[in-house]
Formats: sequence, structure tokens, C-alpha cells
Amino acid sequence: MYELNITRPETLADAVEALGHDEAMALGGGQTLIPTLKQRLANPETLVSLTGIAELSGISRDGDMLIIGGTTTHAEVASGATDYPALAALAGGIGDPAVRNRGTIGGSLANDDPAACYPAAVLASGATIVTNTREIAADDFFEGMFTTALHDGEIITAVRFPIPQKANYQKFDQPASRFALVGVFVAQTADGVRVAVTGASEEGVFRWTDAEAALSADFSPTAVDGLNVSADNLIGDLHGTPEYRAHLVKVMTKRAVAASG
Amino acid sequence: MPADGGIGASTKRREDVRFLTGLGNYTDDINIHNQAYVHFLRSDVAHGKLNRVDTRAAEKMPGVIRIFTSKDFEGVGGIPCGWQVTDRFGEPMQEPKHPVLAEGFVRHVGDPIAAVVAETLEQARDAAEAIEMDISELPAVIDMAAALEDGAPKVHEELSSNLCYDWGFVEENSAAVADAIANAAHVTTLELRNQRLVANPMEARVAIGDYNRATDEHTLYTTSQNPHVIRLLMGAFVLGIPEHKLHVISPDVGGGFGTKIFHYAEEAFCTFAAKAVNRPVKWAATRSEAFMSDGQGRDHVTKIELALDKDGHFLALRTDTLANMGAYLSTFAPSVPTWLHGTLMAGNYKTPLIYVNVKAVFTNTVPVDAYRGAGRPEASFQLERVIDKAARELGMDPIELRRKNFITEFPYETPVAVAYDTGDYNATMDKLIEMADFDGFEARREASAKKGKLRGLGVNCYIEACGIAPSNLVGQLGARAGLYESATVRVNATGSITVMTGSHSHGQGHETAFPQVIASMIGIDADQVDIVHGDTAKTPMGMGTYGSRSIAVGGSAMVRAAEKVISKAKKIAAHLMEASEGDIELKDGQFTVAGTDKSVAWGDVTLAAYVPHNYPLEDLEPGLEETAFYDPANFTYPSGAYACEVEVDPDTGKVEICSFHAADDFGNIINPMIVDGQVHGGIGQGIGQALLENCVYDSDGQLLSASFMDYAMPRADDLPFYDVDHSCQTPCTHNPLGVKGCGEAGAIGSPPAVVNAVVDALQRAGHDITHIDMPLSPARVWSAMQG
Ligand SMILES: Cc1cc2nc3c(=O)[nH]c(=O)nc-3n(C[C@H](O)[C@H](O)[C@H](O)COP(=O)(O)OP(=O)(O)OC[C@H]3O[C@@H](n4cnc5c(N)ncnc54)[C@H](O)[C@@H]3O)c2cc1C
Repeated sequence: MYELNITRPETLADAVEALGHDEAMALGGGQTLIPTLKQRLANPETLVSLTGIAELSGISRDGDMLIIGGTTTHAEVASGATDYPALAALAGGIGDPAVRNRGTIGGSLANDDPAACYPAAVLASGATIVTNTREIAADDFFEGMFTTALHDGEIITAVRFPIPQKANYQKFDQPASRFALVGVFVAQTADGVRVAVTGASEEGVFRWTDAEAALSADFSPTAVDGLNVSADNLIGDLHGTPEYRAHLVKVMTKRAVAASG
Repeated sequence: MPADGGIGASTKRREDVRFLTGLGNYTDDINIHNQAYVHFLRSDVAHGKLNRVDTRAAEKMPGVIRIFTSKDFEGVGGIPCGWQVTDRFGEPMQEPKHPVLAEGFVRHVGDPIAAVVAETLEQARDAAEAIEMDISELPAVIDMAAALEDGAPKVHEELSSNLCYDWGFVEENSAAVADAIANAAHVTTLELRNQRLVANPMEARVAIGDYNRATDEHTLYTTSQNPHVIRLLMGAFVLGIPEHKLHVISPDVGGGFGTKIFHYAEEAFCTFAAKAVNRPVKWAATRSEAFMSDGQGRDHVTKIELALDKDGHFLALRTDTLANMGAYLSTFAPSVPTWLHGTLMAGNYKTPLIYVNVKAVFTNTVPVDAYRGAGRPEASFQLERVIDKAARELGMDPIELRRKNFITEFPYETPVAVAYDTGDYNATMDKLIEMADFDGFEARREASAKKGKLRGLGVNCYIEACGIAPSNLVGQLGARAGLYESATVRVNATGSITVMTGSHSHGQGHETAFPQVIASMIGIDADQVDIVHGDTAKTPMGMGTYGSRSIAVGGSAMVRAAEKVISKAKKIAAHLMEASEGDIELKDGQFTVAGTDKSVAWGDVTLAAYVPHNYPLEDLEPGLEETAFYDPANFTYPSGAYACEVEVDPDTGKVEICSFHAADDFGNIINPMIVDGQVHGGIGQGIGQALLENCVYDSDGQLLSASFMDYAMPRADDLPFYDVDHSCQTPCTHNPLGVKGCGEAGAIGSPPAVVNAVVDALQRAGHDITHIDMPLSPARVWSAMQG
């Protein structure tokens, strides 16, 4: 790790001010950022820890919406998002207890790892990312591997999830990291079905619109039988070819539909 | 369980109390006043010419004490290889120099180029970034077959090719084997890869050099399985420090699995630099460094042919193997694919003719050497896989085919130069059948099918050779070391005992098991006995722990020393009881005179030895301390039969292990619980190899599986609850304890069981699949199912 300073503001305003300086970086749970720093792959002058800001943490209900504060940990979502069981289950399947007790939803979304779990939930739910300056619809937020619509210094303060009628997340573990080799989140709402896929694409999380149409017409596992996912632009690596991932997208979608409750 | 905590008792491991309460003393726990820190600047290309390494700017960085490059090691020896293999034509292997820091060329990603010694680790890293380097990248050779092609780029310019040796065993059998294969009723052929593995002990390597100007003494603290071997190799061949001025300490070591046997450049560097800068110098590997500098394991590509007669009797066996050495010869690397592999090719079977060819190849990858099992897992995997394939081709039951060919008479001379002293392969197979409920398999398969899963059953046998010996034989085979073991049994005045052993415990439980032996021999409580190991200043010259040798060789040395102690103690007891020595018996810690009610306690005798007031001073020296060196007459040959049941998810290719049964014959057993643990750990690593682990380089020599994000280690939920049994016991006939060793068995016996089971599941489901290379990852199994 290069030498750096760390500040722990207690208000959002102080955090925004601290992040206004060049070479400052937000620190959530540190589960991605700290290993990156240890390997000297990033060199911020100052880390602005967000986890001391009370207003950024916690889970609340607002009508049909479940609102999760930006620094809420995966463990808190796993145990506290009882109104949205599929989301709670997803959070409970991230990493291991140490990761879940430190890692935050804001950190995961800002990082936008192509194999991360939350992006699938956010995109399939049609959630809204709330920052210190604006609100961003899920469809506009993810811009490819490790890139989002966030500006420098912008802080995710909360995520607003409309609670679907039925939903489920199926994650097929990459054997080493146990991130998603392929993860599929299916959400059925009054407006139809959304299917978001993580882990598979070179371009990050994406919606499988053919499946959405088929499942909106008939919400059953067999509805996607006739569909195929193209392997173009899917990830090929040590753990699976693009063709294998394309196949898994379909398998996991069917399983998610079958398990939706 | 014996009440006295002696041989046969499942005594809990006393060392675990300190490990589990954070009181272990690992090398990285050692910090010496005024110590400086090293960071190694390592090559990020697999092959390159070092045109220039300019450290001038870096030397001016804050905290830098000194920066070393190969120039500082002129006149210093290279890292030696401890085993010279002679090829088929009687020529010695090609043996390139392995400099401490890269000299002129870098030959694998991770090859150290420069070393920065600074006040803090971060300052050393800062300065390393300021070193200016000019490296012309050269074409790298990664694939072994490509490395052997004419005109392939050479890993070592000074060698004639990338071929280290072409070994034939037994060369004289070659023509007869070819003949038998050409004329056999049936020949089963299998081509397979035994993939490269990274050992990944939980504790990464650490070295601390310390130099005392007052005494001209060097001390090296290091995470080694064999501190005396390091002292000898580093002192005599690298740095030219005589043993009495070189002290090597390996305190608690957090797992070795072979990769901590070898002498590493970082150890020599820290020892050398400590004197050069006159400060203690510490290096602790990061996990990333471990991936690119720890000796790696396996990496064989093999074609095996088994010739059978029409009834399934094995007639001949031939194997052709390419064995990867990596960029340099690690300490025992040449011995692994040869003497630790070719000699095991008979397995449990009476195959009359065997020929093994091994070509060892240099590539631009991290050096490969022994990893749990070392050569024996490679032998057992190919043999047990080809037998399984043969059984299917002949439509025979795989167990019956094995039984038909079992060796049943002992001692048995194999056609590959070793003689098995004892064994009973039918007994372990019978035991396995009793444990694994094969009769219930069909019902279990149907239950799996109802869940949409494909169930399969895999069975195999294995033989292992532990405690490689005797020294005069291994010397003829090319070992540049002896393979005896030593022990000193020091009886203290009040009767407690300290045993200094040359074996080294890095997780095996010696501190518990060794005292059990002494406790049984003397009849005192095991708590009265302590073990000292891992320190060249405290123990006699020992060869350390690897190859499942500790109890068989180290334990035997301890028994010999204890026998000498007992014999002397009997003389003292005879004097105290005014009896004749021949009438003295020792039982339950009491010396008695046969046929009388006279007795004297162990503690009274030991006290007399050190307070010799009433003592036969004219006949005996005072004191009670004896040393023995034990050089075994032969290897020991544990064996066993394993069974694995799996479920394959046909939609994803994911394999789940449903059950694993192991029936082992380890001869006599000192602590059954420790043996269970050794087998569990070995099977865990074997399942890791079968399903998960894979060390992969791309064609440029970049390590793709360079962290736990991509290198899949087995975790608890990847593994089943094991059912292990070691009640079949044919004691070793040539060591005093009748023990065989159990450290590697699980890792040797389990990979073929898993792969046999998966192939079985797929075949039962109608797939025409005869083999899938390990690891049987979901992606590989799925793609095999696609045809
Ligand atoms: C062993 C291990 C296993 C894992 N397994 C999984 C898995 O299975 N699935 C999965 O999805 N993830 C997994 N992760 C990743 C984990 O979920 C991380 O916690 C997450 O990616 C980052 O969250 P964090 O709070 O730790 O962020 P940090 O590491 O602190 O920060 C990550 C990035 O986000 C920025 N940032 C942090 N908070 C905010 C905010 N509120 N607003 C704006 N920017 C912010 C930081 O500046 C940084 O760039 C795993 C991680 C580890 C170490």
C-alpha cells in the first residue's frame, strides 16, 4: 500500500467536501478497495470512509419501495430485507461472513464488477440509485465492466427497490472466487418480467429481453425453452467458455423462475 | 484405547492448544531488534534478456539500506539441485545454473531480479518501483511438446535443448514390453494430463537472516520442512558457510505439502544480506509471490498402454511421460518423475513387464518439484485410470479385474526395482466393499435420477512408497543426500524425557505421536515426554519430514535411541537392586528383578544416573542420554482401496461428491485419530486436484491462476464427510515399529476414485466419454457431455 490519509466524516456534507479534492476516494467496506490498495493498483492521497455516516446506513420501507442506505452491509441486507426475500437471499450468498459484514451495497454497485451479484438485483428490479446529487435509473447506471454513470466524487446514498410480486436470484459459482460465473435475477412485477444476467458478459450486467418477453407472457420455466442466448461478447476464461456461460444463462433463468416466490 | 496414552491411543494433539489459541510461534512472528525488510523485484515477463538494471535512483529513495543485484553474487554458488538423474544413455541430466538473483536472463514470471533492503517494507517496495530496467523480451516456451521441438527457443542458452533428461526404466525391458504390447489380445491406451498444482500451505514462506559479528555466526529462520538440509545445501553449495557457523531454525511451520522442502533463493539472499548490511533482514512472501515462487507440483503429460490377455491378466505396461521441470531444477525435482514415479508403476498388480519413459522438460514457468505424494499420485492416477478403462473395454467388473491381477504373495519383487515387504490388497478391498455398501448403489442411483442427477461410482487401489531409503541405494540413484533420520533421547534427572528428532512437524502431530511411542516403551505417561525439532543447534543432523517418512524413519531412530537408553537404565537398575542385568525387566515405569518382588521406579534410576552416589561408576558413565541414526533397509509400502460416489448435474456439469470411503493399510498405528486426520487432509487435497485446482499459464508464460480468485482451493463444502478405516494392518517387516506412514496416501488414492466415478456416472447416462482431464470443473464436464 502506498502512504495515504484516511478521514472518517460523520455527515454526508463533510464526505462530499472531502471527496471534492483531487486524489480522494470513497471507502465503503473496503472489500474490493483494500486489496487493490495492498497490491498498489490504486494510489489515492486520501480515503474518505463513508461507514461513519449514520444517515447512509439502514433499511426502510416506503410504500411499495424498499430503501437500502448506501453503506448498508451485505449482512444487514441478508437479515434485514425481509420484505424482499430474493434480495436478502442474494446478499446472504455474497462472499463469506467477513465479506458480508464489511462489504456494502454502495461499494458493490460503484465498483460494478462484471461478476458481482447486486447489479443483477438492481437491474432486474428496476431499482433507482440515489446519490448525493441525483437519482439514476438502473437502466442508465451500469455502463460496462467496472464502469457506471457515477461522476468522480459522487456518493451512492441509497438504492430504492420496487418490491416485485415474485423474484429469485440463481447464482452459479465460479469455483475459485465464488463470485457469479453466471447469476440470473428474475423479477415479476405488475408491468411484466425483468431478467438481469451477471457474470456472463464482457459488457457487464445485462437484461435478457427475449426471456423477459417470453416470461411476461408465461411465467414458467418452460417459457424460455425455445430461446437461445448468443455467446457473442460473453466472457471466456479459465472457468468457462462463452458457450458454457450462454448455456448457463438459460439454465439459471429457468431455475430462478421455478424458485420464484 | 490404552489407558496410558501410549501406542494406539487417540490422544488429542497437544500442539493444537497453542495453534488454536494464537500462541504458535511462526517465522513471521519472529522480529529481531533492528531488522530491515527485503522486497524482491521480480520479472513480469516469462523470458527476457536483462540488458540493464539501474539502481542508482532507487538507492537514493528514503529508507533504502542497500539494493542487491546479481553483481553482488559474483563468486557465490547457484541454488543447487539435490538429485542427479542419469538418462537412458548413461549420461547425466542437463543441469543449468540457478542464480540467487537473475544473471543476464529472466526465465519465468516471478524470477527475482533485484532485492531492496530498506528500513520498512513499504520503503523497499517504493524503491523497487524506482529501479530502471531494460529487458528485451524473448519468446517463451510453455508447452512441453513445443519446448522439445527442433528450433524451439531455449530456456537456457547454454544447454543443448530444453530436454533435461530422457529416462528409461527399466531400459532393458523396453524391447520385451514393446513385443508384449504388439502381441497382446487387448491393449488399452489412455492419454492424460496430471495438471500443475500450487501447494498453497496456509502459511506463506518467510525467511529472516541474522548475523552476529561477535561470533561470526549466521542464523536463518525459515519456513522449512528440513532445516538441516537447508543448512547443508545453502552453507556448502551457495554461500560457503561451514555448518558450525550456520544455524537454521524452522519454528512452527504452517503446512508444507512438499513445497517447503526445497532450498530457495530467498533463504540464501536473507542469510547473505544480513552480513552484508550487518542488520537482520526479513522477507515474508505475499500470497501473490507464493504463486510465482513456491515450487509447484505435478504437471505430467502421459500416454499409458496396458496390455492384457483375453482373460484380463495384465501382460505389460508402457508409459510415455513429459514432466515439466519449470525454468530451473528445484532441489529434488529430477527425482519426482523418475525414482518416485517409475518405481511405483507396478501398483498393486503382478504386471510382469513394465517400461516407463520420462522426458523432463525445461519451460519458462515456475520450477516444479515434490508436492504431497510427489510422483506417486501421478503413477497411481494413470494406472488406476487405465485399468478402469480396460475393465469397461473388456466388459469386466473393475473390482474383479483388479483382484485378478493383485499381488498376493509377499515379499514381492516388482519389475520396476522395488520389493514390497508386506500387504494384503484383497483385505483392503474386502473392507472397502463392507464400508461402501456397493449393493445399495443402484437404489441410490435411482434416487439421484429422481432429482435429475447422474450418479456414478468409482473404485481404485493405490500403493505408495514411504520413507525413501536406504541411503546407499538412493546414492546410486542420484541422490546427493542421505535419507536416514536421527534422534537423541535425553532423560532428565527426575525421569522426564526430551527427544530431539531430525523429523520436522509442520502440522503432522509429531509432538503428540512421538511421545506416545516412548510412553509405551518405558511405561510412563506421555506427558512426561517432549519433542524438540526444527533447530540445527538443538537436534542431531536430521533429514526432515516429507515422503511420509517421519514415523517410519524418524520414529525408528527414536526407538533405537530409546532402546539404548533402556539398556543403560537396566544396568543402573541392576546395580541399585544388586541383581544381574539379564534379570531386569521394565514395565509400567518399574524395573523389577525376574522372579523376585524387588523393584525400583524409573525416576529412581534416572536420578541415580545424574546423582551417581550409588552408581557403578567404574563400569558406566553417569547420565542417561543416547543418540541413534537410523537408515532403513527399504521403503515402506502402504496401500489401500478407495471408493467415491458422485452426482453430476447434467444441466451445469457440476460434480458433487456424495461419499468417500477409504480402506488403508498403514501397518501398525501409533495414534489413530492423527492417522484419520492425515487421510482426511490427503483426500481433501486429492479432491482439490480432481475437481478444482489448476495452475495455468498462457502462451506468453503469464500465470492466469495467480491468486485465489482464479486458483480454486477446496473448501469445506466441496468435501464430503469421509469414512476412513485402517483396521487392515500388515506391519512393515523392516522397521522396529512395524509402521508404514500415512501422510500422502489420501492425496495419492483419491484423484482416480473421483475421476473414475464421474466417468462412470456419464457412461451410465449414455455418454461415450472415457476420460476427462482434471480438474473436472463444471465447464469441462459440461463440454465433455456436449460431445
Ligand atoms: C473474498 C471475497 C468474495 C466476494 N464475493 C462476492 C460475491 O460472491 N458477489 C459479489 O457481488 N461480490 C463479492 N465480493 C465483493 C464484495 O461484495 C465487495 O464488498 C464489494 O464489491 C465492494 O463493496 P465495499 O463496500 O467493500 O466497497 P469498497 O471496497 O470500499 O469500495 C469499492 C469501490 O466503490 C467505491 N465506493 C464505495 N462505497 C461507495 C459509495 N457509497 N458511493 C460511491 N462509491 C463508493 C470505492 O471508492 C471503490 O472504488 C467479494 C469480495 C471478497 C473479498
